[in-house]
Amino acid sequence: MSDIASRVKAIIVDKLGVDETEVTNEASFTNDLGADSLDTVELIMEFEKEFNIAIPDDQAENIGTVGDAIAYIEENAK
Amino acid sequence: MELKRVVVTGMGAITPIGKTVDEYWNNLVQGVSGAAPITRFDATPFKTQFACEVKDYKATDYFDRKEARKMDMFAQFAVIAAEQAFQDSGIDLQTIDQDMAGVIWGAGIGGIITFLDETRGFVKNNEVPRFNPFFIPKMISDIAAGHISIKYGFRGPNYGTVSACASASHAIGSAFDLIRLGKAEMFITGGSEAAINEAGVGGFNAMQAISTRNDDPATASRPFDKGRDGFVMGEGAGALVIEEYEHAVKRGAKIYCELVGSGMTADAHHITAPHPEGKGAQRVMENALKDGNINREEVDYINVHGTSTPLGDIAEPLAIQRLFGDHAYKLNISSTKSMTGHLLGATGAIEAIASILAMKNSIVPPTINQFELDPEIDPKLNLTPNKAQERKIKVAMSNTFGFGGHNACVVFKALD
Repeated sequence: MSDIASRVKAIIVDKLGVDETEVTNEASFTNDLGADSLDTVELIMEFEKEFNIAIPDDQAENIGTVGDAIAYIEENAK
Repeated sequence: MELKRVVVTGMGAITPIGKTVDEYWNNLVQGVSGAAPITRFDATPFKTQFACEVKDYKATDYFDRKEARKMDMFAQFAVIAAEQAFQDSGIDLQTIDQDMAGVIWGAGIGGIITFLDETRGFVKNNEVPRFNPFFIPKMISDIAAGHISIKYGFRGPNYGTVSACASASHAIGSAFDLIRLGKAEMFITGGSEAAINEAGVGGFNAMQAISTRNDDPATASRPFDKGRDGFVMGEGAGALVIEEYEHAVKRGAKIYCELVGSGMTADAHHITAPHPEGKGAQRVMENALKDGNINREEVDYINVHGTSTPLGDIAEPLAIQRLFGDHAYKLNISSTKSMTGHLLGATGAIEAIASILAMKNSIVPPTINQFELDPEIDPKLNLTPNKAQERKIKVAMSNTFGFGGHNACVVFKALD
């Protein structure tokens, strides 16, 4: 697992209170990991803080799974 | 239209002197003080460095971490007390009509801990607006009622009451009225507060409202005593399950007592000082007794507001004497804030519980820390000084008064 992937997953485990094994790349925040819309906003904010990036709202809307988040951050984090 | 009768069928409490109703009651009767040095933050720079905290409180003892993170401590206390009351009531969610079950909950301040944390983060982050999405739903004081309704699926009337230190009594009185009118069959009601943080203590310090007896916290809350110098901040929650009498009987509920009357008035005098002659306080008791069709001579016990502030503790006994006349000397009066501190928006709930248990157990909990009575207070009044007193109680009332000049009173009566 890449460094970015493991940091992303650690944030998800922490914020959503889910087990690490549930946090697969395919897992959807809302359908599989029990997040509501506010949880999702909070996750995006945590990613921004952890990786020192700004994720515009229209991009954030497309981040629905763990894999989406990792891919976006790998592409945009410096 | 004939009003329905209302009874109390469940109670829950998390307080500075006990995290269950039993522990709370035992310590009330023993005269235990909940005051101690503040542990929640470094209080060294503050004029007041002690408070009545809920001891050894860990949110994760009650909630999973994810759940806890989304609730300010005042809402956590609310849910904890509500759950105790719910369990105590023996309600079966399968058999009640949840559309007719409501929640009305008092909180005088709300999520001030969350508010301070979030604004601190804002300033620290060079005022770039990155507020947590849970900031507002953690802070707003009605959210406790929301959380409780979600937990039990109570889809009836649901809102918060805000009247500073009278908030919980207003909640109980409002829930009582809605049941009487047939708009709901039962409620979880009460109040909670968690304001012992830098903003809460600093704010009350600035008002010179709280005691600064840092060298002896346990004797700082001394209502009616000559040496009193302000109230002691407390925190926690109290919850009552109240329901329509026939509804309770039909499900075979254990009934503590009847809730017979409530009063609500305003001083219309000053934002923080009570009316010097206690006019609003007198009228609120008068209204509550009238509402409950109770004669003054029937009252045995008044759990008074008695916060240990210089002005309030003079006005309230005067109000009692003017209303009750000679019967004032036959009453048991006590301020349990001498032990719990002042739980602000929760105080009306935990003191309703104290009143109900005094009736149930025929014991009046004391006003502790009575060293020398204020010479302005009539020494013939029985303030239940320092030691609990045995007494058969048929009618008990609980007074609360809030900054803003809000007064509320509820009256409980033993079932025949």
